[in-house]
Amino acid sequence: MGDRLGAGEVDVTYPRWYWRAFAFPGVIWLCLFVVVPAYAVLAVAMGSIDQLLQPVPTWNPIDWNVGFVLEAFKGVVPGGQYWGAVRNTLLFVAASLALCFAIGYPVAYYIARHARRTKALLLVLLVVPFWVSYLMRMLAWIGLLAPDGYVNQVLQHVGFAHPPDWLNGNPLSVIIALTYGYIPYFILPVYAGLDRIDQSLLEASRDLGGSPIRTFLRVTLPLSWPSILAGSALIVLPMFGDYYTNDLISGSPHTNMLGNSVNLLIQGGPQKNLGAAMVLVLMTILAVGMAYYLWETARQSRRLT
Amino acid sequence: MTSVGLPARRPPETALSRAAAWIRNPWGRPRFLAAATWLYLAWALLPVLAAILFSFNDGRSRSVWQGFSIRWWWGDPTFSVFHDPTLTHALTHSLELAVLDMAIATPLGVILALGLARWRGRGSGTANFLMLVPLVTPELAMAVALLLVFTQLSIVPFALVNLGTTAQVIGQVTFSLSYVVVIVRSRLASIGPEYEEAARDLGASPRQALRTVLVPLLFPAILASMLICFALSIDDFVVTQYMSSDAGTTTIPMYLYANARGGSTTPAINALATILVLVTLIGVGAAFAILRSFGRRTEARDTTEAVSGLAALEA
Repeated sequence: MGDRLGAGEVDVTYPRWYWRAFAFPGVIWLCLFVVVPAYAVLAVAMGSIDQLLQPVPTWNPIDWNVGFVLEAFKGVVPGGQYWGAVRNTLLFVAASLALCFAIGYPVAYYIARHARRTKALLLVLLVVPFWVSYLMRMLAWIGLLAPDGYVNQVLQHVGFAHPPDWLNGNPLSVIIALTYGYIPYFILPVYAGLDRIDQSLLEASRDLGGSPIRTFLRVTLPLSWPSILAGSALIVLPMFGDYYTNDLISGSPHTNMLGNSVNLLIQGGPQKNLGAAMVLVLMTILAVGMAYYLWETARQSRRLT
Repeated sequence: MTSVGLPARRPPETALSRAAAWIRNPWGRPRFLAAATWLYLAWALLPVLAAILFSFNDGRSRSVWQGFSIRWWWGDPTFSVFHDPTLTHALTHSLELAVLDMAIATPLGVILALGLARWRGRGSGTANFLMLVPLVTPELAMAVALLLVFTQLSIVPFALVNLGTTAQVIGQVTFSLSYVVVIVRSRLASIGPEYEEAARDLGASPRQALRTVLVPLLFPAILASMLICFALSIDDFVVTQYMSSDAGTTTIPMYLYANARGGSTTPAINALATILVLVTLIGVGAAFAILRSFGRRTEARDTTEAVSGLAALEA
């Protein structure tokens, strides 16, 4: 195996079993608490239900019952019971992603390319939200968006006699809250990507007669595309499982997302089988997304090298 | 003797001409971008500062300022954050979970990282893939899976674990582990094998090489891992909530979720959230200070690099 040595690897100096023994406890942990639970989701989704409406998992794949999974998949297509939640999820995630790009890209661009003396300070400020609890940041907005909160006070001041009710089923608040909650996770990878771009490529483009706008569109933007994709993946994945933002900022069934459906089925009542089946649906949707992400990054790295 | 041969005199720069120049080319100097950046940072940070400020509100409102007082921190004998037993219990339970998560996930993750980085052969690919799974799964899916396995599977070891503190720690360690592995592996890759090989050539046993050479070199990564585990645990909501059993296992984020919208909730909840932020920021500050003093002794470290490194860890 000595032919595959790379950085950080030691071969002949240690016995063969040595490092395998190091990995052993962690691998056992992952098997117990990642692999077995994932299988439990399958067993419950493909299981049955007893007289007390409690789920009965079916551990043997031969006896699997696909009824709940079919119900879940039928529920998430247009016209189904959960289509509203799926539509909301797609809509809110797309809108938040667009906002994250529109707000986050200029910020990342400025800090990477133009900030000089203030760069360290800006980076520190950029990182602070990472260390403030997500729920604390939502709590902050609940105070600001309250009927007598500062947002409505400002709106009344500038002439809105009847400012909107933000906290009871307003999709706009949910989109803003999602954007606010996840944007730091988008900006940082994009900043890192922009910071890595070789300045001489930009100078070359300008020397060859490209206008600033053309240089941006033909050089900077394509070179930062992989980091935009990475930042997008980083925020889209948790948004698909998010139910707390919606519960806190809206609390209304009109703005339910997929995560709310799963949470209600699992924690709300005797429908754990369907809840597990919905988790499978969620993971299927995300697997499609991840496949696209991997295909796109592979295509990008081929194009750029 | 005023200028006869001077080139056409530039008009004096006025506010108006500057504005005109700015409209012609707002991108000339990145004023627009600078303004956008500072506006973004204000938007990102001021609401949190406002929430902290409201913990000092004199009235019961969490949205209208009624004067300064510390009644929700200390003054009120029943509802202030340090007198209400629900709130103090949420705080101690959060800290307890964070310390346990840190104490278990860090050593487990460090040896797993060492093993995964250097174990070649059958099974290592699968193990590497497994390690990445928690990073690309929404937390909700992980929480549901763990809940089902602890409530539906009646074989050892799952039958031994009831929902509550034990299940909460297991859940938190499961997702913290991947972060520790990522951090330690990146540090391992930057250290390279030379130092250990030299130690071995000079007669150190595998154990000695590990203890006297590798572990000290890994120290910054281990410290960063501890910090990340602490922060991940204390800020975690989804898994902790799914693994909780009763009011006794409520953490600060769970309390915030359950009470943030309640009409009878007082600014004590803002005080509780402020404590959460302070605890995390003090942890970050302490780790950063230790890393800096460590970095000064071994290698020169640029502030910018260190800061963005710390952040990249959490991302």
